[in-house]
Amino acid sequence: MEARPEATRWYDRLLSVDRRWIYLILAIAVLLPTVIPFSVPTGISNEVRSVYNFIEGLEPGDNLFLAIDYDPSTLAELHPMTEAILRQAFQRGARVVITSLSQFGPAMAEELIARVAQEEGKQRNIDYTFLGYKPYPGITILAMGSDFRVPFPTDYYGTPVDSIPMMQDIHNYRNVKAVISFAGGNVADMWIQYGNAKYGVPVALGVTGVMASDYYPYLQSRQIFGLIPGMKGAAEYEMLVERRGQGSRGMPYQMSTHLVILVFMVITNIAYVAQRRARRRAAGAR
Amino acid sequence: MEVTWGTLAWQTLAAFATLAIFSFLIGDNPLYKFVERLWVGVTTGYWTMLLFWTSFWDKVWVPVMQQHQWHYLIPVALGVLMWFRLSPRRGWLSRYALAFYIGISTGVFIPLAFKTGVFLQVEGAIRPVTADMVGLNFLLALLGLICSLSYFFFSRHHTGLLGVTSRIGIITLMVGFGAGFGLTVMGRVALLVQRVIFLRDYVTNLAGKIF
Amino acid sequence: MKKQIPLLLVLVSGLIMVIQYFVPHPVSEFVFTYANDFVIVIGILALPIGIFSLLRNTWAKAKHDRKERIYSIATFFGFALMVVAGLKRESLESGTLYMQLFQNILVPAQATLFSMLAFYIASAAYRAFRVRTMLAAILLVTAFVVMLRLIPLPEPLSTWNADLVRWILAVPNMAAKRAIIIGVALGAISYSMKILLGIESSYMGRD
Repeated sequence: MEARPEATRWYDRLLSVDRRWIYLILAIAVLLPTVIPFSVPTGISNEVRSVYNFIEGLEPGDNLFLAIDYDPSTLAELHPMTEAILRQAFQRGARVVITSLSQFGPAMAEELIARVAQEEGKQRNIDYTFLGYKPYPGITILAMGSDFRVPFPTDYYGTPVDSIPMMQDIHNYRNVKAVISFAGGNVADMWIQYGNAKYGVPVALGVTGVMASDYYPYLQSRQIFGLIPGMKGAAEYEMLVERRGQGSRGMPYQMSTHLVILVFMVITNIAYVAQRRARRRAAGAR
Repeated sequence: MEVTWGTLAWQTLAAFATLAIFSFLIGDNPLYKFVERLWVGVTTGYWTMLLFWTSFWDKVWVPVMQQHQWHYLIPVALGVLMWFRLSPRRGWLSRYALAFYIGISTGVFIPLAFKTGVFLQVEGAIRPVTADMVGLNFLLALLGLICSLSYFFFSRHHTGLLGVTSRIGIITLMVGFGAGFGLTVMGRVALLVQRVIFLRDYVTNLAGKIF
Repeated sequence: MKKQIPLLLVLVSGLIMVIQYFVPHPVSEFVFTYANDFVIVIGILALPIGIFSLLRNTWAKAKHDRKERIYSIATFFGFALMVVAGLKRESLESGTLYMQLFQNILVPAQATLFSMLAFYIASAAYRAFRVRTMLAAILLVTAFVVMLRLIPLPEPLSTWNADLVRWILAVPNMAAKRAIIIGVALGAISYSMKILLGIESSYMGRD
């Protein structure tokens, strides 16, 4: 009896699937929660709780610095946590100074800040100041340590910082309780290196899932006091502030796509092991 | 909340851009290329005006021309020298501005890199070894760190004790990369999820307006 | 002289900033503040070189390649549209044409471009992520365990998985990433010292 040709064996077929089938299955998985809505329970990690507890500990009139350092490519993960923290800071009565040191961040940041401030009844230049954008984040972070007015003589809207009521007693990092940076790139490292290491300002980070695992050493050595990793971190934070946002809404989609990718990983390796064994057997028989 | 026709029109533009870019998954096509190049132009134009108003106007034009802070003419002159980089014959003039910029950036970086990347990291790794899980974890982390660092020591062959430690090191690194990959999947999927939610909301708004 | 004086400038300005870090005197702070201030201004004036280069290359492509012409026109059109929309300072605020174009072209296009990575990572997980060696198996198993925490498992599996992921991130992952941080920092410092000492001068370009 003739041996079956290699290509017809089940493991060979599985291992040579056209990538467009994979795209299609993933597309179905990501659309599933749209058709069949469900919720996913989320545990809360210590690193996210640290940031929450810090903001909860702010008193009315305390100054907080938010650095919105991401752009549209990481908006999905970082926008929900930025909104949750900004809202919480406003509700605590904190005065918020905000910068946006990424090229395409300022417009997104401006829309978010204006919307949240309006919803929370906060006034620009009284309750918050949006300083805006300057290129070269490392140098800007360093310069702000001397005085925020060095890189930002005016705010995003062109108002001289010296004429902004809330900025009268806010000059540099010594006048803010902490810096929370929402970063989609290496600006996070610059805040640790230039903000925390040089000026000693406490720093917490909200970062993308891609970057999150890289910042645990800084968390352990207390160079940052909190870390919010990606969309899951945003969902955890929304649970803590008891306000469902895009982070929580995205978790069912995360679950369905992760399940599909896990199944892919299992299937492909079962097929791979079977193929390897068959080839070894064939080589041994020869 | 009721969506206006104007908002819906803008959302249609956004949905068109989204679907045009997604069409690349089927294969490269003119629609994808057109929208991508349009995006490049819009991005450049956006950043040009942002840079003009928030940086050039606030930090250069107003201080020099309106506030007469003449000391800013020094960096302005150096900045203008940078433009000579585009000239094949006079490109060397840009080196003076570049030297100032590179020298200051590098000089600031070195001590802070030592502090952040070396001293504080080593300090964080050295903790008292206590007879509990916390102490054990610190010990494991310290061993993992030493072994991982030994893997990157290429001045000797990885044999003997160095061979053992570098083997443990690469295993530790693989665990780290695996954790990174697991979180990366979440990160990449989040971007797709946000686009799907946007398209879902757009279809809902459109259906609500039409029907 | 075209290279020697700039290299000397690099050394002198760099050394001043290194020494400044250790000197808390007000004069030192004054030098630091103004050095940073000047660098910001130089940088602001240097950035338009990139914009000019992009437009020049797009023009060259449009001139020499007929098939590319329509796409180059799209680039110029997008650029001109944003420049005209942003001619007033007030354009930077929400609700303006400039911001609408940002929200409805730039944001969706860029977000979608990066969202396609989800498909590529799924494809890579299926077609490339195989246990060819023991090390690949360790990587795969760790990734599997970390990804599993997003799947609601029955108790006590859910708690075990959550605890295991917490331990993985806080101990072996932390150790591995710390080794990389230290290695990268030492490498970056040595490269920076080469720049200061003039050993590395490729950034100056050729004569």
